[in-house]
Amino acid sequence: MSLPTTDIGTEEYKYGFSDDVKPEIIFDKGLSRKTVEDISNIKSEPGWMTDLRLKAYEIFLEKPMPEWGADLSEIDFDDIIYFVRASDKKMTDWDDVPAEIKETFEKLGIPESERKFLAGAEAQYDSESVYGALQGEWEKQGVIFVDTDTALREHEKLVKKYFGSVVPAADNKLAALNTAVWSGGSFLYIPKGVKVGLPLQAYFRINTQNMGQFERTMIIADEGSNVQYIEGCTAPTYTTNSLHSAVVEIICKKDSRVRYTTLQNWSGNVYNLVTKRAQAYENATMEWIDANLGSKVTMKYPSVYLMERGAKADVISIAFANTGQHQDVGSKVVHLAPYTTSKIISKSISKGKGRSTYRGLVKIHEGMEGCKSNVNCDALLLDEASATDTYPYIEIEDPTAAIEHEATVSKLSDEQIFYLQQRGIPEDEARNMIINGFIEPFTKLLPLEYAVEMNRLIELQMEGSVG
Amino acid sequence: MTEKNGLLTVENLKVKIGDKEILKGVDLKIGPGEVHAIMGPNGTGKSTLAYALAGKSSYEVTSGSVTMEGENVLEMSPDERARKGLFLAFQYPSEVPGVTVDNFLRVAYNTIKKEELSIWEFRNLLKEKMEFLKIDESFSGRYLNEGFSGGEKKRNEILQMAVLQPKLAVLDETDSGLDIDALQIVAKGVNELLPEDSSVLVITHYQRILRYIKPDFVHVMIEGRIVETGGGELAEKLEEKGYDWLKEKYGESGKDSD
Repeated sequence: MSLPTTDIGTEEYKYGFSDDVKPEIIFDKGLSRKTVEDISNIKSEPGWMTDLRLKAYEIFLEKPMPEWGADLSEIDFDDIIYFVRASDKKMTDWDDVPAEIKETFEKLGIPESERKFLAGAEAQYDSESVYGALQGEWEKQGVIFVDTDTALREHEKLVKKYFGSVVPAADNKLAALNTAVWSGGSFLYIPKGVKVGLPLQAYFRINTQNMGQFERTMIIADEGSNVQYIEGCTAPTYTTNSLHSAVVEIICKKDSRVRYTTLQNWSGNVYNLVTKRAQAYENATMEWIDANLGSKVTMKYPSVYLMERGAKADVISIAFANTGQHQDVGSKVVHLAPYTTSKIISKSISKGKGRSTYRGLVKIHEGMEGCKSNVNCDALLLDEASATDTYPYIEIEDPTAAIEHEATVSKLSDEQIFYLQQRGIPEDEARNMIINGFIEPFTKLLPLEYAVEMNRLIELQMEGSVG
Repeated sequence: MTEKNGLLTVENLKVKIGDKEILKGVDLKIGPGEVHAIMGPNGTGKSTLAYALAGKSSYEVTSGSVTMEGENVLEMSPDERARKGLFLAFQYPSEVPGVTVDNFLRVAYNTIKKEELSIWEFRNLLKEKMEFLKIDESFSGRYLNEGFSGGEKKRNEILQMAVLQPKLAVLDETDSGLDIDALQIVAKGVNELLPEDSSVLVITHYQRILRYIKPDFVHVMIEGRIVETGGGELAEKLEEKGYDWLKEKYGESGKDSD
């Protein structure tokens, strides 16, 4: 395997020309020990982080590709660019962005200013005007909300304490890869007792760094705190890179509550392989709300480790698999303490030759009395060609556990469509209405504007006009 | 072939489901404001007529014609027929999880009436009809037919009829499974919540509902044909004598020769 050299000499740099702007840097394709070192050097990271990255790189080399899930055999790690810094310069020429993506922005009503950013044709989205005032308010309360690179510079102790504590590099090959080459992501710290009223929104609505393909997000909710975090948007995220591999680590301390909402809609060339995990301590509640659309393959199983008595996990996810897509998603909850509760709702929709898989694990360890778990998977097939499968692993080692599991597979029924049509609603609208009803348990948890976008997006998927 | 006085004209309608011919040439004329009843034993094609009028795709029309105000209904999609003013109260309405009664009905109303009533305007309209039909307020926020009792489903169908104000309401066995109180409320809804010139086609096995919804015409269907037509007195005769005498006269052993 010959790796292209990563030379960060002048040849490879594409500098910006104004001196208040950081130089634009794009690495050659491919990954080596030097790539990892270079990433760390460019960011002037402390030595422990460089070491952590290098160790993770070794683990990445050793670990096999996961073979228990979706087909990942076509991923070529040598054909990926591992570091891009495009501070103030556009990464993609707007003219090169595929027409169907532009059309989708149009149909979703995404503001002009955000469209170019979403397509990678603009590196910065000016969110100051929207968030300036809020930012001040958060800071007064001691909330830290910055990109993870900034956090490493400005809050090194906190980052060092928690980085990799929930998802260690050795967890899996892709978590190792992320640890080795991570850039960006959000870092969020909520001090004791602070309740953040509005959802904190990442991605284009807050800063650029989140857009990365190897972002590392960390949330630390201190005792009694409460926060909602939203990442992503319903517009298709266009990227020429074919691998998105993020890691999200969350710590919910005693009595805290964290809701993490993700809406992702990647363009059809992307492998979306994400490790998301939370630890919930005494009486804390962790909620994952996760929507997966687009991509070529998505493998994502937001998980919660219930560490102490009374901790609670709520995971609700939806996946829409269109032709050429495999959504292999689900959830994992490990009950490591007595009287812990979990609830998993998974909804999938498959269309055309799309395939959706629910893969989940609920594990209740021996001696953990009084645990409850409720798992519900509903799959909706829109036509004959679409497919779904379900792998609900439930491992119960304690006899006092109360477990409920229900799985349904349904087809969009002619009876339902005819019924709605008989009330004057045209066939296409009737279908959309039924599908939006199917995912309603999910959309009702979203802020209104996202719920509206989500329903609109499903309609676009149904028209087949989304790339 | 516009009929000035006709609302619905059905001529020699033949309908197949799969390989089986169910309707074997039905003729029916309904004028504006008229109440018609189709009675008959089970499995004789009454509900098939209702579905065929509404345009269910698995019901294949092999010959005949159906016109509404002179327009060819058979060329219209089910939703076009509904927008034209044809309403079918289903015997077994579908459940649609996640879609609330009020949202669904507002979309239907706006589509049929070509209006854009806001959520609030529509809620007032709905509330009024719900009160009339003695339906609890919380009902409008429930998911369409999901977990509804048999009686709630029927009442929900009549609520929809009352909101959508069709020109022709076809009630498919709406009386089945209703207790006498519920039946009276439903009948009152049909009698008082529709516009004067709206027509009603009541499909029923029993005469019971016709005590409350007075028909101008009663038709008896036997083996896919309307074999007798009369006034309200025909229903009473059937109540008294049952269907056997008609089956004998018009059934398999009787004439059936095309």
